[in-house]
Amino acid sequence: MDMAAHAGPKVEVVRRRRANAGRHLAPFLFISPWILGFLFFTLGPLCFSLTMSFFDWPVVGERTFVGLDNYRSMFMEDPQFRESLWITVKFAAIYVPFNIVMSFLLALLLHHATFASGFFRTVFYLPSVISGVALVTIWSWIYSREYGLLNFMLSLVGIDGPNWLGDPSLALVAIIVASLWGLGGTMLILLTGLKAIPKELYEAATVSGVPAWAQMLFITLPMLGPMLIFTFITSIISAFQQLTIALLLTKGGPLGSTYFFAMYIYDNAFKYFDMGYAAAGSWVMFAIVLTLSLVVMRWSAAWVYYEGEVRPVDGDRDA
Amino acid sequence: MAACREESLAAIRIDNLRKSFGSHEILKGIDLEIADGEFVCFLGPSGCGKSTLLRSIAGLENLDGGSIRLGDRDITDLPSARRDIAMVFQNYALYPHMNVRKNLSFGLALNGMKRKEIDRRVNNAAEILRITELLDRKPRQLSGGQRQRVAIGRAIVREPKLFLLDEPLSNLDAGLRVTMRVELAVLHERLGVTMIYVTHDQVEAMTLSDRVVVLDKGRVSQFGTPLELFYRPANLFVAGFIGSPRMNFLPAGVAEQSATGVTLAGGGLSRPVPLDTCSSEQISGDRPVTLGIRPDKLELTSPEEAHLAGTVRLVERLGTESHVHIRVEGGGDLTAVVRGTHPVASRDQVHLRLPPEHCHLFDAEGTAIARQLDPETKALIDNKKARGARAPVLEERHA
Repeated sequence: MDMAAHAGPKVEVVRRRRANAGRHLAPFLFISPWILGFLFFTLGPLCFSLTMSFFDWPVVGERTFVGLDNYRSMFMEDPQFRESLWITVKFAAIYVPFNIVMSFLLALLLHHATFASGFFRTVFYLPSVISGVALVTIWSWIYSREYGLLNFMLSLVGIDGPNWLGDPSLALVAIIVASLWGLGGTMLILLTGLKAIPKELYEAATVSGVPAWAQMLFITLPMLGPMLIFTFITSIISAFQQLTIALLLTKGGPLGSTYFFAMYIYDNAFKYFDMGYAAAGSWVMFAIVLTLSLVVMRWSAAWVYYEGEVRPVDGDRDA
Repeated sequence: MAACREESLAAIRIDNLRKSFGSHEILKGIDLEIADGEFVCFLGPSGCGKSTLLRSIAGLENLDGGSIRLGDRDITDLPSARRDIAMVFQNYALYPHMNVRKNLSFGLALNGMKRKEIDRRVNNAAEILRITELLDRKPRQLSGGQRQRVAIGRAIVREPKLFLLDEPLSNLDAGLRVTMRVELAVLHERLGVTMIYVTHDQVEAMTLSDRVVVLDKGRVSQFGTPLELFYRPANLFVAGFIGSPRMNFLPAGVAEQSATGVTLAGGGLSRPVPLDTCSSEQISGDRPVTLGIRPDKLELTSPEEAHLAGTVRLVERLGTESHVHIRVEGGGDLTAVVRGTHPVASRDQVHLRLPPEHCHLFDAEGTAIARQLDPETKALIDNKKARGARAPVLEERHA
C-alpha cells in the first residue's frame, strides 16, 4: 500500500518528463528537413571541399595528402592564379559601383515616377529572371561583329563598330555591361528601401527649408544605408562569382582578358580534374570575399544607421 | 495704423480654397480668417479635409484654387520654406539616424545660420520643453512624450510666425495626451504665436482652442469659440459632433407659430413643447423640424410633467454620472445623463421632460433656428469670444 503510494508521484514525474521531452523535440522535428538539407548540401560539401584542398585529389586515381601545398603553389608558382584574380578585381572594381549607382538611380526614378511605374519596374526586373544562357545568347547577338545590334546602330551614325568580344581591351567592358543588365534585383531592393522611408521626413525637411540635395544626402542615403551596404556586399560576392557570362560569351578570351577567378577554379576542377587544387582556389575566393565583406561592414558601421541596434534607455517614463 | 499692421503680422486669411485628389474634391471652397496669436483647431471626422487644409497652408499640397495670406503676404504660391511656418507631424517625423540636437538644428544649419545662433535656439527650445538632458539621444531612445516634445522643439527653433500641428497627440496614450495638452496650452501662452491644430478629438479642440473650425465634407460647417459651438451649433452636424454623449434629435412638427416663438408637437411628443424665444422666420409651418437636446438636459420626471415616455435599454454607470439609453415610444433612441447614483435600471419605464430653455431647433435643411440664450450663458460665450489679453512674450516679439 505504502509502496503504491510512493510509486504514484514517481510515475507522474516520469510521465511529465516524457511529455516535456516530446514538447521540446517537436520544434526540431519541424525544422529537421531544413537542417538535414543544410548538413548534406551546404555544411557537408563545405567541410569536404576544405578537406580536399589539403589533398592532391584527381578525379580518377590515388589521393595524396599534401598539406598546404596546393595553397603554396597557387600563391607562389601559378601566374594564372594572379592574372585571373587581377581580372576579377578589375571587374569587381567597375561592376560593383556601377551596379549600385545605376540601381539607385533607377530606383529613384521609379520611386518618383507618376506614370506606368509598375510597368517599368517589371521591365527593369525582367532580365533578372531570365536564365544566364538566354541572356548570354541575347548579348552574343548584340555584340556580334558583323550582325550585331550594337554595331548596326553605330553604323547608322557612320561608326564602324569594333569587335567587342574579340578585342582584349574591350571584352571585359562588354562583359561588365552584359552583367549590369541584371541589376533589376538590386534596384528592387533599393526601391523597397526608398518606399519604406516615411514621406513625412521629407515634408518636415521641406518645411524647414532643407534643399533637395541635402535631403538626398542627409535623409535618403542614411536611411537607405543598411540596404546600400547589403547590396554592396552581395554585388562584391556576385562579382567574384562571375562565371556564366564570361564562360559562354568569351570562354575567358581573347588572350585571357576575361579569364575570371571563378573560371580558373572551374578549369582546374573540370578541365584539369585537379579537385584538390580547385577546392583550395574556392577557399581562397571565400577568404577574399569574407575579408572584403568584413572590411565593408566595419567601415560602414560608422555611418550606416541600424534602427534595431540603438537600445531604448531604460527607466525613462513619460510624466 | 502701426498697431494694426503689427496685429495682422501672423493673421491668416484663406479665400475660396479648393483642392481635389483626382475626381474627388476634398476642399470645396474654404474661407477663413484667423487672428494673429490665435489658437485655432480644425476639427472634424476622418476624411473631412482638415489635414489637407493644414497641409495646404503649409505648402505641401498643390492647390486647385483660392488664396492664402499670412499677414501682409500672399503665400499661396510660395514654397514651404519661405512661408515662415513650422509644422509638427502626427508621427513626429524625427530623423531616426540623428540625435535630438541634430534633429533640432538640421534645418537651421542647412539654411546657413551661424553656429552660435543655432546653439542658442536649440538650448532655448530644449529648456522650454525640458529636453536638455535628451539632446544626445537618438529618437528611438525616447518615450512617446519625449519624441513629441522634440518634434515641437524642431518647430520652436525656427521661430516661425505660424505653428501647424497635425494631430500631434494622437499617438500618445490617454494619460499622456492630457499632460501634453496642458503643456501645449502653456506653450501657446508663452510663445504667443498663431497656432493651427488639427484633431478629430473634440476634447482637445474644446480645451485648447480660442476658436474651432468644424469641417464637414470639405466645407466649414461652423467657425466659432468652443462654447459657441456647444451652445449655438449652426447646424445638425455641429450639434451632433460637438458634445459627448452626442445631442439627442427628435423629429417634430410645428403646432403653433407666433412672432416670438413656436410650439412643437407630433413625433414622439406626448405634450407640446413651447419654444418662446425662438426666431420663427426660418420656420415654415408645413415642414418638419428637428428638436435637439443635450443628454444632460433631459430630465427623468413624473408622467404628468413628461413630454416623452420610453423604456430603458441600457444604463452605463461611469461613477459621477450614468448614461441612460432609452427607446422612445413611437420610435427613436435617446440618451440621458443622470447622476451616478440614480436608481434607474434596464427595462424600466421612464418619463422624460424636455426643458424648453435647453432645446435646440433645426429646420428641414438641418440649419439651426436662432434662439435666445439665457443671460448667463450668453455672457460666458461673449466673454470667451473676446479672448484674453496677449501673452507678454508676443508683445515683446511684435515690439
